[in-house]
Formats: sequence, structure tokens, C-alpha cells
Amino acid sequence: MLNNIYNIFFIPEIFLACSSFVCLLFGLFLKKNAFRQTSNLAVFVLLLTILLVYNDSESNFANYKSLFSHSSFINFFKILALLGSIASIIISKDYFLGIKLKNFEIPVLFLFSTLGMMLMIASNNLMSMYLAIELQSLSLYVAAAIKRDSISSAESGVKYFILGALSSGILLYGFSLIYGFTGSMNFDDISFYLSKYDNLNLGLIFGLVFVMVGLAFKVSAVPFHMWTPDVYEGAPNSITGFFAIVPKIAAVALIYRFCLVPFENFYLEWSQIILFLSIASMFLGAIAAIAQSNIKRLLAYSSIGHIGYILIALVAANDDGIKAASIYMFSYMIMNVAIFAILLSLKVKNEYLINISDLKGLSKSNPIVSLSISIIMLSMAGIPPFIGFFGKFYVFIAAIEQELYVLSVLGVLASVISAFYYLRIIKIMYFDESKSEGIINFQISFQSKIILSLSLFLIICFIFYPSLLINISASLTI
Amino acid sequence: MIDWPLVSVIIFLPLIGALIILFIKEDELTSINIKWAALLTTSGTFILSLILWLQFDYSNPSYQYEEKFRWFDDFNFFYHVGVDGISLFMILLSTFLTPLCILASWNNIKKRVKEYMLSFLFLETVMIGMFASIDILLFYIFFEAVLIPMYLIIGIWGGNRRIYASFKFFLYTLLGSVLMLIAIIVMYRNTSSMSIEFLQGNYFSYNTQLFLWLAFFASFAVKIPMWPFHTWLPDAHVEAPTAGSVILAGVLLKMGGYGFIRFSLGMLPEATEFFIPLIMTLSIVAIVYTSLVALAQTDIKKLIAYSSVAHMGIVTIGIFLVNQQGLEGAMMQMISHGLVSAALFLCVGVIYDRMHTREIEFYGGLVQRMPLYATVFMIFMLGSVGLPGTSGFIGEFLVIVGAFKFSSYVVIGAAFGIILSAVYMLYLYKRIIFGTITNNKLADILDINTREKIILIPLAISVILLGIFPNLFLDPMRLSLELIITNYEIANAK
Repeated sequence: MLNNIYNIFFIPEIFLACSSFVCLLFGLFLKKNAFRQTSNLAVFVLLLTILLVYNDSESNFANYKSLFSHSSFINFFKILALLGSIASIIISKDYFLGIKLKNFEIPVLFLFSTLGMMLMIASNNLMSMYLAIELQSLSLYVAAAIKRDSISSAESGVKYFILGALSSGILLYGFSLIYGFTGSMNFDDISFYLSKYDNLNLGLIFGLVFVMVGLAFKVSAVPFHMWTPDVYEGAPNSITGFFAIVPKIAAVALIYRFCLVPFENFYLEWSQIILFLSIASMFLGAIAAIAQSNIKRLLAYSSIGHIGYILIALVAANDDGIKAASIYMFSYMIMNVAIFAILLSLKVKNEYLINISDLKGLSKSNPIVSLSISIIMLSMAGIPPFIGFFGKFYVFIAAIEQELYVLSVLGVLASVISAFYYLRIIKIMYFDESKSEGIINFQISFQSKIILSLSLFLIICFIFYPSLLINISASLTI
Repeated sequence: MIDWPLVSVIIFLPLIGALIILFIKEDELTSINIKWAALLTTSGTFILSLILWLQFDYSNPSYQYEEKFRWFDDFNFFYHVGVDGISLFMILLSTFLTPLCILASWNNIKKRVKEYMLSFLFLETVMIGMFASIDILLFYIFFEAVLIPMYLIIGIWGGNRRIYASFKFFLYTLLGSVLMLIAIIVMYRNTSSMSIEFLQGNYFSYNTQLFLWLAFFASFAVKIPMWPFHTWLPDAHVEAPTAGSVILAGVLLKMGGYGFIRFSLGMLPEATEFFIPLIMTLSIVAIVYTSLVALAQTDIKKLIAYSSVAHMGIVTIGIFLVNQQGLEGAMMQMISHGLVSAALFLCVGVIYDRMHTREIEFYGGLVQRMPLYATVFMIFMLGSVGLPGTSGFIGEFLVIVGAFKFSSYVVIGAAFGIILSAVYMLYLYKRIIFGTITNNKLADILDINTREKIILIPLAISVILLGIFPNLFLDPMRLSLELIITNYEIANAK
């Protein structure tokens, strides 16, 4: 009995849930420096959770089999989400203090949302999936609107909430149809039930389409992407960083699991939807980003584009596809951590940097920073020898394995278009002459510096020893 | 043979130099140190690459100095480098031109010396790496990484329309090379190998070959560049700083020719056979059309840029003749063009540094003030025209001899282009060098100084050397080219 309780506590999700409440209380009772201390504690808690996930064994999960699943793919994405969460809490600490937003609730919200994401990734049941999605979304709605005195922050929170609620409704309706026509909520049971049939009936197709719409909203795939640029723009920069880095990881894992576990035999049905989402996201992401002057909107469109590439690997729906998705997601996380670590430390005339044109002259006043931004941008554009190239490379390997030639060619064409706006940032930093020099300050805390250097190191040096990540991702099973 | 990894050392020595430069803090006083560090590393690389040539086994058609390490655990991608007769001189050309480029930018690059030298050293690493790769993925990575330093070189240190030119250069070439990426993956999927050596048999069905060929063509035709994909070249050349144009004309254009020989001829022989008429047509149009366009230019650099397109037209004809004379001629023409056009751009740089204009109208009568300059310029101009005794002659002659076996129409087109090249080059020379000085601003112009002599005289010597002793260069490459031709003929005889 005692042993059992002991085990239950060390299930990573339960540990994280309990620790999040501890963090909340800790922040509540702390008089001074509540925000800073709670953030540190949150990072510590997340680190412990990573250890637990790493040492996780299947037997711990036996009691929750109908709700949650356990696999190497799930663990990989959980660790990725936790790492992203840690990185974004660390890099955003100074920013929050800088804009005098010292609510200790912020790290706690991040913790709850991370918890929701871990449950999302692991969910093996429509009900647990929905609840997990809501847990992470509700935390994020609040986080987006956390800067209460700012109209744009409130607007982005409300916008995110209304659209998120709408998509949750659609998702739920899809769930009810699937439940109604299969009689089960469990992924495995649904899969078992569906394996008896050669094609889906109309109700299930409707259900599938509704769920796809809801999930496309969560990963912000075109045409359900409208909220992304607005929410990214309105929310405080560091919250945007969190939005860009972490929830995408969970949503991508979820859409992969949803397509490949209950509906694995109905590839033709869902692959058409994903195919369209993928092409539309790549091209809209590439083209719409060109005209942006706000760096956060630009990164929003860039993330939409990246989602398009990850969905190519989903259309491929083979082992290489899963491998490609995990490599791509890893590179996406690393690149976004790096760029946000820089953005959250750049100040123009004592305001945090927002306009791309303010980067003008950065290469003179701060050559190392501008070199780093250039490397990140080239990596995002998928130019070798940086990590972003290998993400795309693996995606295309998976696609060609499945003989998706047209999709691959469209993918590379979109990557050429998107190269334009990444290059534009380098152009602004290096090619444009600036009249006013030295107005850009780069102040970065020691911890963020470590995160930044580590992620830059991974971006640049991945090429020298790719096998480390690739062996891990090759062994993943969904 | 040599038992240390010579090729890897040559590839990565410039990168190590770049890392050292990264840690030199730049200010007024230390920028000279940065320049010296760059010059020493690139010269060291050149000397090392000479060992490649001296120790080269002429009787071995396949790769030498091979190094092979496992790179990816899940796929058969290797870090696999080596040198054969085809890549040997491409590597030598890169290592020979880079120190000259550093010297050529000694005084005229005043801003951001550090970044400039970093770009050049990185560029040298990727250029050599690309020519030395035996693994196609490695080749691709180097091939595309070339864009990064070149984009910066054009964009930061270029002329007035540098931003337009740098974007056009980058996106145009990227568009070509991403299609090649797809082709590479398809190749891998069909054979589970990425080794250039292995794939130089005939492994693909006819239809696959056609698509793969087109994808490679998209990449190399933009790079070399062939008409009508050449429009990025004049812009890039005109806006790039002198050294940038030198590398662009001297080495980067050869990447296209090199790729055609290795990939199109070597791996896709049947598709090549099918597309030969297309290539010949485009090449002849390129030669005649761009020569005529060159005739009408008012900017010296633009004129030389268009002449490059015409000369590369001769190269593509030579390559796709697929016979011994044609391929040898194409290789010689590539080497010769690498030296001559690089030298011509350097010559333009000499007067541009003094007068800051490239308008032909502005000059005239330079021989009065700059006799030495007029002499070296003449050597290069004649090399470009293809006068016997200079390097240009060997290449053009061999290509035309080879073309007789193929079709006399091609010969007529190529020969017409060569005549036109004499017309526009001699006309250019006449307008710039001869006559009396009419422009007062030229009255005080100085002849080339010691630094410029150090740059131009080795080039002049090698142009003449190549013209008088072509076998010095043809012997090492002969067997490697024969191997390609034999494979090609076996594949098409089936």
C-alpha cells in the first residue's frame, strides 16, 4: 500500500500537479521577491519532472491505462515540452521584472499549462484529451491577458479565449460524434472497433473533420491560424515566447497521436485534410511574413510555416515521419528559444524591441548578437549547415519515402519564399546604414546567457554529431 | 602516399583561421592583424593544396586521398572526402584565388574588416569542401552553404544596388538547389547510397533519370549560369566588391560545370543523352546572345559578367559533347576562365580603386600613364579572347575539335561566339587603354603598385603556362574524364 502511494506520487504528472500547488502557495506566502523565487522554484520543479519522466516506467501507468498511454514518443515530447518550458521561464524572468510585471502567478500558470501539455501528449482517451487541452488553454488565456493595464494584452487574451473556446466546442462536438458512432472514448478501443470496417461512415467522417479543425486550431495551421499573429502581437513578449516554444510541441504530438493511433487505418481520410493544412500553412506562413514589420507577428507567421513542414511528415505517416517530426520539433524549439532569448534582452531606447527596423545598426553596436540572430534566421530558413536544415531534410526524406513528390517540391518552394523574410532580417542588421548608433542595448542575465549559448551551440554543432539526436528519434514508437 | 588527412586539413584550415580571427578584437590598429591572419591561412591552404597536385597519382582514375567516417547512424551518409582528376584543379583554383582576393581587398575594404575576412575564410572552406565531397549530402551542404558568405559579401561590401543583387543571387540559386535536394533524396531512396563513386553506374530507370536530371539541371544551370537563367549574374557581379566578383567568376560558376560532369554525365547518362539537344541550343543561344549583349555594355564589370556567360556556354557545349576532347576542353576552359575572368575583375578593381567608377566612357588612354597595367590587362584580355599561347585557346580549341564529331552547327555557333568575344574584348581594350587621355581626372592616375603586381603577375604567368603546357593540367584529369565517358557510353549502348 505504502509502496503504491509512493509510486503514485512519482508519476511525473502527479508530481508536477502537486508541486504546482506548492509553488502557488509558496508565492502566496512570500513577501519579497515572490516572482523571482517562484520562478526559480518552478524551474527546479520542472527539472525534477524531467528526471521523473526520464525514469518513468510503464508499470506506474497501469492504473491509468484507459486514460493515458505510455511510449517513447510520448516521453520524448514530454521532455521536449518540459525543456521548452524551463527555457522560456528562465529567459523571460528578466523581461517580466523589466516591465514591472511581477505577478508570481505567471510561473505557476506556466506550470499548470505545462502539466496540461504533458497530459495532452500522453492522453489516450477523448475525454482526458479534452480536459488536458482545456487545462493548458485556460492557463494560456490567462497568461496572454496577464498584463491587465495593457489594452493589447487584454485584447489578445480575450481574442485567444473566444477563438479557443470556439475551437474547443468544435473539437468536443467531433468527440461526441466519434463516441456516438464507435461507442468508446479510448483510442485503442476506437482503433479496435474501426479495424472491423473498411471505410468510415458519414458520422465518423464528420467527427473526424470536426476534431481535425479543433486540432488545426491548436497547432495554428492555416486556415485556422488567424488568432496566432494577433495573440503573439498583443501578449507581453515573454508570454509570446512561451506560446511560440511550448504549446506547439504538445499540440503537434497530440495531432500525431490522434491521427496515428485511433485512425491509423483510415490514412486516406485524414491525410487529405492534413495535406491541405500543410500546403496552406507553408505558403501562407511564407508569404504573409514578408510584409510584417513587427518581429512578433513575423515569428508568428514563421511558426505557422514550420507547422506546415511538420504536417508534411504527418502526411508521410511512416517511421521516418515520426523521426522527422521529432527532429524538426527539437530544432524548432531550440531555434525559438534562441531567438526569444535574444529578443527578450534587446532594448531600443529603453523599450523592448518590437519593430524589425529597430534592428538597424545592430551589427555595428553588437556584432556577436547580430551574428547569433543571423545564424538563427539562416537555420530557420533551412540553410545548411545549421540544425534547421536537418529538420527539413528529414521531413523530405519521410515524404519521398511515401512518394509524395509534389508535396516535397511545394515544400522546398515555400522554403525559398520564406528564406526571403529571414534574409530581410539579416539585411536590416548588416546591409542597412543606420544613422543613430548605440540606441540598442543588450542586457542579458547569466542564466539566459547559458540558455542562449547552449541553444546556439546546438544549432551550429548539430552537424558534427547528428547521431545523438537521430538515434533517439529513430527509436521512437507512437 | 600521405598518411595524414590532407584533404580535411585543406578543407578546415581556413575555418580554423576564421575562428582565430573571430577572437581578434577589431579596431583601427588590429585590423592589419586580421588581414595578415587571413592571408597567412589562405596562403598556407594554397601551399598544402599544391601537395595534392605533387603527390597526385596520374594513373588512378578514381578518388585519391580518401577519408571516410560514419556521420549519420540511421542512413548511409558519410563524411567522405577525396580528390580525383576532376576536382583536383577546382580545389587548386579555389585555394589559388582566395589569397589573391584577400590581397586585392587589402586597402579598399575599410569597414568591417573582420566580418569580411571571416566570410572569405568560411567561403574558402565550403568551396573546397564542395569540390572534395564524395558523399552527396556533404556536397549539398557545402553547395548551399556557399550562399551564406556570398550573400554577406555582396550585401555588406557591395555597390549601390547591393541589396537587390544579394537577394536575387541568394533566392535564385536557392531555388535551384532545393530542387536538387529533392533529387538527392530520391536517389538515396532508390539506391540506399549517397556515394558519388557508387552512383556513377547506371542505377535509375529512364523516367526517374529524366526527372532527376531536370532537378539537377535547375540547380546547375542557375549556378553556371546558362541562358536564360543567367540574369542574377550581371547584377551580382556589378554590385559585388572586386574580390567577391573574383570568387564568383573564378570558382562559384565552376560549381555548375563540376556538377554537370559529376551528376548529369556521371549518374544520369541516358537522360543526358535525351537532353543534349536542349543543352546545345541553350548554350549556343547563350554564346551568341550574351556576346552581343556584352558588346552593348557601358559598365566594364557588366561586360565581363556577360562574357562569363558566353564562356560558360563553351563549357556546357564541351561537357555535353561527352567525348574526350569536349570534356578536356570544358575543364580547360573552366580553369582558364577561372584565372582569366578573375584577373579581369581584379584589373577592373585596380582602376576602380583609383577612380571609383566602372564606366567605360570615363576611361581612355590609360596606356599613357599605366604601361605595366596595360600589359597585364592585355595578357588577360587575349586570354579571354582565346589567342594561341594563352589558356583560353586550349579550351576553346578542344571544344571545337570535339564539337566537329557532334554537329557542325554547334561548331559554327561556338566559333561565331569566339569571334564575337574577340570583338567585344578588343573593343573594350581599345576604349579603355588606347588613345590619348581625354579625361582630366585620369591625368594623375598611378600605375599598379607592388601589391597589385603580386596579385596580377602570378595570374598572368599561370595563364601563359596553361596555354603553353596544357598537358601539365590535362594529364592528371585525363583518366578521370575517360572513366566518366566510358560509363556514359556503356549506359547508352544498352
